[in-house]
Amino acid sequence: MNDSSEKLDLAAVRAKLQGAHGREYWRSLEDLAATPEFQELMEREFPRQSIGWSEDEDPVKGRRNFLKLMSASLALAGLSACTRQPTEFITPYIRQPEDLIPGRPLFYATSTTLNGVATGVLAESHEGRPTKIEGNPEHAASLGACSAFSQASVLGLYDPDRMTTVNYAGETRSWGMFFGALREALTAQKSKNGAGIRILTETITSPTMADQFKRIRQMYPGLKWHQWEPAGPHGARAGAQMAFGQPVNTYYDFSAANVIVSLDSDFLASGPASLRYARQFAAKRRVRGDKTEMNRLYVVEPMPTPTGSKADHRLALRAADIEVFAGALSTAIGVGKGPRSGDNNDVYKWLDPIGKDLASNKGASLIIAGECQPPSVHAFAHAMNAALGNVGKTVFYTDPIEAEPVDQLASLLDLVKDLDAGQVDLLLILGGNPAYNAPVELGLRDRFAKARVAAHLSLYDNETSRACQWRLPEAHFLEAWGDARGFDGSVALQQPLIQPLYGGKAASEVLQMLTDHPEMASRDIVRAYWAGQHSGADFETWWRRSLHDGFIANSALPVKTPALHGESIVAPARAPKLNGLEVIFRPDPAVYDGRFANNGWLQEFPRPITKITWDNAAILSPATAHQLGLDSANRPSGVNIVGKMLELTYQGRTLRAPAWIQPGHADGAITLHLGYGRTRAGRSGTGIGFNAFGLRTGQAMWHDTGLQAKALSDSYEFATPSIDHTLDPRRHIFRAADIEDYRKDPNFAHEGTEDPPPGLTIYPEWKYPGYAWGMAIDLTACMGCGACVVACQAENNIAVVGKDQVRRGRSMQWLRVDSYYSGDPANPGIVNQPVPCMQCENAPCELVCPVQATNHSSEGLNDMVYNRCVGTRYCSNNCPYKVRRFNFYLFSDYETPSLKLLNNPDVTVRSRGVMEKCTYCVQRINAAKIDSEKEGRKVRDGEIQTACQATCPTEAIIFGNVNDPESRVSKMKAEKLNYGMLAELNTRPRTTYLAELRNPNSGIED
Amino acid sequence: MPETPELLERKPHEDIAPGYTFGSVTDQIASVVLTKRTPFFWFASFGVGFSLLLLLLLSMALLFGKGVGIWGIRTPVMWGFAITNFVWWIGIGHAGTLISAILLLLNQRWRNSINRFAEAMTLFAVACAGMFPLLHMGRPWLFFWLFPYPNTMGVQPQFRSPLVWDVFAVSTYATVSALFWFVGLVPDLGTLRDRTQNKVGRLIYGVLSLGWRGSAKHWSIYETASLLLAGLATPLVLSVHTVVSFDFTIAIVPGWHSTFFPPYFVAGAIYSGFAMVLVLAIPLRKVYGLEGLITDRHLENSAKVMLATGLIVAYSYIMELFGAWFGGDVYEWGAFWHRMAGPYAQQYWMLVTCNIILPQALWIRKIRTNPVTLFIWSMIVLVGMWLERFVIIVSSLAQDFVTSSWGIFSPTRWDWFTFFGTVGLFLFLFFIFVRLLPMISIFEVRTLLPQAKAKEEQG
Amino acid sequence: MSQLFHHSANAIARFSIFGGICLVAGVAWLGWQADTSSWETRANEHRSQPVPFSHMHHVGGMGLDCRYCHTTVETSSFANIPPTRTCMNCHSQLFLSSPTLEPVRASYRTGQSLQWTRVYDLPDFVYFNHSIHINKGVGCETCHGRVDKMPLTYQYPSLEMSWCIDCHRDPAQHVRPREFITTMGYQPAGDQEEIGRRLVKEYGIQDARTLTSCNTCHR
Repeated sequence: MNDSSEKLDLAAVRAKLQGAHGREYWRSLEDLAATPEFQELMEREFPRQSIGWSEDEDPVKGRRNFLKLMSASLALAGLSACTRQPTEFITPYIRQPEDLIPGRPLFYATSTTLNGVATGVLAESHEGRPTKIEGNPEHAASLGACSAFSQASVLGLYDPDRMTTVNYAGETRSWGMFFGALREALTAQKSKNGAGIRILTETITSPTMADQFKRIRQMYPGLKWHQWEPAGPHGARAGAQMAFGQPVNTYYDFSAANVIVSLDSDFLASGPASLRYARQFAAKRRVRGDKTEMNRLYVVEPMPTPTGSKADHRLALRAADIEVFAGALSTAIGVGKGPRSGDNNDVYKWLDPIGKDLASNKGASLIIAGECQPPSVHAFAHAMNAALGNVGKTVFYTDPIEAEPVDQLASLLDLVKDLDAGQVDLLLILGGNPAYNAPVELGLRDRFAKARVAAHLSLYDNETSRACQWRLPEAHFLEAWGDARGFDGSVALQQPLIQPLYGGKAASEVLQMLTDHPEMASRDIVRAYWAGQHSGADFETWWRRSLHDGFIANSALPVKTPALHGESIVAPARAPKLNGLEVIFRPDPAVYDGRFANNGWLQEFPRPITKITWDNAAILSPATAHQLGLDSANRPSGVNIVGKMLELTYQGRTLRAPAWIQPGHADGAITLHLGYGRTRAGRSGTGIGFNAFGLRTGQAMWHDTGLQAKALSDSYEFATPSIDHTLDPRRHIFRAADIEDYRKDPNFAHEGTEDPPPGLTIYPEWKYPGYAWGMAIDLTACMGCGACVVACQAENNIAVVGKDQVRRGRSMQWLRVDSYYSGDPANPGIVNQPVPCMQCENAPCELVCPVQATNHSSEGLNDMVYNRCVGTRYCSNNCPYKVRRFNFYLFSDYETPSLKLLNNPDVTVRSRGVMEKCTYCVQRINAAKIDSEKEGRKVRDGEIQTACQATCPTEAIIFGNVNDPESRVSKMKAEKLNYGMLAELNTRPRTTYLAELRNPNSGIED
Repeated sequence: MPETPELLERKPHEDIAPGYTFGSVTDQIASVVLTKRTPFFWFASFGVGFSLLLLLLLSMALLFGKGVGIWGIRTPVMWGFAITNFVWWIGIGHAGTLISAILLLLNQRWRNSINRFAEAMTLFAVACAGMFPLLHMGRPWLFFWLFPYPNTMGVQPQFRSPLVWDVFAVSTYATVSALFWFVGLVPDLGTLRDRTQNKVGRLIYGVLSLGWRGSAKHWSIYETASLLLAGLATPLVLSVHTVVSFDFTIAIVPGWHSTFFPPYFVAGAIYSGFAMVLVLAIPLRKVYGLEGLITDRHLENSAKVMLATGLIVAYSYIMELFGAWFGGDVYEWGAFWHRMAGPYAQQYWMLVTCNIILPQALWIRKIRTNPVTLFIWSMIVLVGMWLERFVIIVSSLAQDFVTSSWGIFSPTRWDWFTFFGTVGLFLFLFFIFVRLLPMISIFEVRTLLPQAKAKEEQG
Repeated sequence: MSQLFHHSANAIARFSIFGGICLVAGVAWLGWQADTSSWETRANEHRSQPVPFSHMHHVGGMGLDCRYCHTTVETSSFANIPPTRTCMNCHSQLFLSSPTLEPVRASYRTGQSLQWTRVYDLPDFVYFNHSIHINKGVGCETCHGRVDKMPLTYQYPSLEMSWCIDCHRDPAQHVRPREFITTMGYQPAGDQEEIGRRLVKEYGIQDARTLTSCNTCHR
């Protein structure tokens, strides 16, 4: 119906829709929305759809605009600085809350969930509006760190594109009306024991909701509860079943592991306990003074991940070969009976050295299988860990943390069956977006229509809502009460910081509507449940305590050691026949399974290693690219990296995606990140990237062979903030060595460059009588996850500029994480380097500013004074580290009301035409200084944490007073590994780095 | 005077064609303004200039309305066309001052017939140049913060910054040039006042000529004044572009951070300046039939100056490369390697061709003396010098120290519009000047006449 | 040829030279006056308030301490405007019938906040912290003037940057002992210079270079 040559306009769309009617209507609109013309239309009709400012090339549309522009610019031209302040008002409280002091933030403990598993966080509140998320040091899964997802969740809260009203078939309704409709359906169900009721949720670990389900099922025995988590640990669940014959939850202790083998597990950067694991892993790796012991990490994976970049030995294998590798390794350490050699030598080349290494570290080693790996790999891992005596030392088992561990695919198929059979009268979809992210062959979107009443509770009016009559606004986790289990089963509590902005309700509240007490608020639901659980008399104090901590003490599930079903595991892994290429599906590092697609911070956050923003790609190795007739490296053409379009065909379904050539990617495979190609995400998420779910079937949820790829003639321009990635050893930017070399020569980091002596400049040396702030970044610890980048964006009101402006090299993040490759492009060493402002003592930026907009503070900061800056941009030209960012347009959003609530009140919102840069979070420095001054003491070490430092899972970033020899930062800077980037320029950077160390196995030479 | 053979030989090199009398000189020059019909050439050129000027206004409206983002600049290339154009225009200005001031002090009489419009050119070039520092600012409406003035913030400009030095250098330059030019005009304005038939014209010229009567007293005052101003202007020829070059040399950017930029920039400035003089003079003298006053000798001399300064520029390029290689600094050498082989190699080799290789043809007398070829060559030099500034600024910034932050600049259409817009402004002003004021200094040319010489010899 | 100008033209010409100079100077002077005028700074200008609250009455007359209402001034960057509740502490007894106080009572009844007009309005890029100034011995009066003599509150200083900087460059001129922090019409017991220098040491007030570092006020 859409001939691609014709261009649509709204009228045409309406015409089309007039033509269609009834059920047809939805489908046709959906189809319509998928067409490129429609996307174009969206762009045209809503200029800021693709977060705007892209109109550089033809900025004046129409006479009227032009005149407006003219007058505006003339006004500007005639403007002098002397303008009177507009009158402002103060509206005080009627009765001021006791613990609230206007002007001082409050912190509340709450928790976020991903795939249903909780991580504790602290939410910062300014006069009642949450502005920032920090990790909860008390919580086992956080230890004070925080992921990029959690950091960005505040933006999600204020997202103007959230679903704002209850909606029935496109018309606004009230919760009351929905409740009425629900009651109607339920009374009809009473007779048939609720056999017609289906509830579809994401994975649920919340004890409260589990209890609700229990009670609801008592009322409606026929009711069915289905769960679908597109990026859930399906393999792990089945693997446990395979190994132990029962569902089991596994978690690890890296602080006791000397040798770690990761079977395609990105345990440092993804997974419910990654923050904790990263902390433990880094601690075990940290080399200080004469402690020169490091753990050793082997990683086998197809697509380079942050974990892979930390590996001492990284083996790039196709996802399918990892199963073979696991089998062979198990044989190598005498567990399995799989073959120890095969046609693909890469799989087998390292078995013996790794096997030896593991054997010599019994009880102190760890084999961890990736969540995207098939059950057998998990089974192998369980068997090997058992054989190596790691269970109870580095590996722990508990009962499953999920309220109802089921094979989610099966449960989804079950639902489909019932839908087709017309047995579904009432379908409640609580959260999630199954219409978009369920296996493609199920065609759920159309099937939902077969339910008599279908309701979707969701933050956004997304693809699934579109397929349901009832669309219900969901409460953000900062708006509602709740609870959920963490990686070890301990229960984290979720308490709101703000009333629902758009009258949303929590899933628990909607569930409650099915019970006899339908009107209960989430607070009462959670509280009532725990009141029932708590045995002691002093519930109130216990409850307050738990809320204060953010979790319920000693609620972790007991550790157990399930018996291993040996025979089930040794299933001989034969190398799978490779026909065509292998297709690999992975959750996107930034938008995950698509749930964060409308979050500008995450969209604009450069993905670890690739540095792609606002897009996903068909990621493949140089060799594979060569086979497909592409260049064997990403080439900047013009100002950006331009990838050739590929046509991917898998099981009869095709997809067009731009190719991204990734050094270190396994040959013969193409990785597709999920979560893009959304058709109803919101103004930032809609219509960007391609939808990898379009190829993802239930048989092959994570990888499969049989992909055909064809290079097309047309190409695609990526938006990547940095386009050069190879490490030039002659440029003294990144220093690294093996631990052996370090033991021989601890000073290696200073070879080939000299730090100039003081007094080379004609200007007098600065004196720092008081504090002297400095930062040290441990490159051995940094894995390039990029949480710091988002944390910085959240803390410092950094604007989102949009895809087009990133393409033009104008992204605004103050902190960037550079990735460099070294060695053979087939299997390169990958290193990460966070680059904030160096706060140079001889700062090149300072002496070229004509108006003193950037100056040296008495504590060694390069203060950037936005309101003095006239925007000559000379400072940026003269900055050798290129850490300065310029507001080429009015990037900050001054209009959207909800986004105003998001801003950190302690940081100026920058306007057009001014320079900005990392300030070491000077607002935090000053707050702490003022507090200490009032108490008549010095600022304590660790009292000030920069946003990046606070969120860093591996404690790679340490900030403090370098005048105090006892401070952590001084101690780090005293290390021999400490070096200043480009120090030979005599900039005397205050931010310094600790050279990276690796601990390779001498038995392996690669 | 007996005509000796070498006299005959020197004829084509005369500063002024034979047969002119005091009267005829005055008639010919004044008539361009007063009586002659305005030629189509004038309307054409003026029209082009004016329409480009409108383009400039549009670009500026957009710029002030939206911000410098409409240009192609980005991190790390924060300076693009704007500063390139600034340096280029300032450079062009230099020829005028050189001709009028230095050649005056050196008593190079041949300058007399080209100094007037050369000075005008200077003035207008500086006007164009002066716009860019303003336009390229992120918040142009706060430009006055670059000037030291008593203010309620208790903050002053930072005098360590070359940009502040620029403010002083350029504004001084503009003032002195304007004064010099106007003072030089006074006697001729007097002439026009006396010759024009038009009442209004007479009044305006009358006011402007400040009551010039040409009395001996006036002349002596005039001589002193112009000598003093020449004395003032002379150091400016060197200082202004030196200061401009500091914008780069003070920075630590590899490819900028260099000690011999000042002489190199000054030479380049005069190079492009004389090119512009020729580009203007050659068509003008043709259209207005002034070959007798702007003789082949003037063209040839200018060509020689171009050749000389061109050689200095060439030497600088080579020294630059040598220094980078000899210094053995990885970043410095990297910068030059990228210049020659990187994303801007095309522009680099083009500028080498335009500024070094082709101009060598000026050794050949035929090319030097043939107005058409000379015109083309001057154009080539102008393009070359613009490219030089572009390459120095953009290629150095695009790829400096930290490889991860490299980025390539590509101009948007608004970059081009702004550039051509200022060309339009220049033409616009210049042709107004040609129409309303004597483009050649009447009284100074008269001193070139043999009669004048004879008088002097008698006196 | 006829005379083009009357001979007075000479005089006019000469005059115009000096005239020009004077004109430029005059314009500059006017500009400066405008820029520093209270029209520009809005100093000494009464702002209309929902209730004509008189500091003169409450502070001067009844001698209430500033901190009775502005409770957070010692702990927070922001010296809070008292919640309606605070007003009602007294006015639930006093002047019950006074119509001028009706907005306050209404606010308390309806739960609608009073909307006060901001008198001291710093630009958004300036971060002023009351608590540290109070703790370091900068009296309320130093910046807010004799509020006990203000029937209607007005902005006492110019709030120009140079005004802030003056004190940051040399706090000794202005600091007073903490016990007099809210005192109106405080007179130093002796030589302010000498007392100031002592207090600066005693209160550990930071050196001028730190106080005049940009990030002290701009972030």
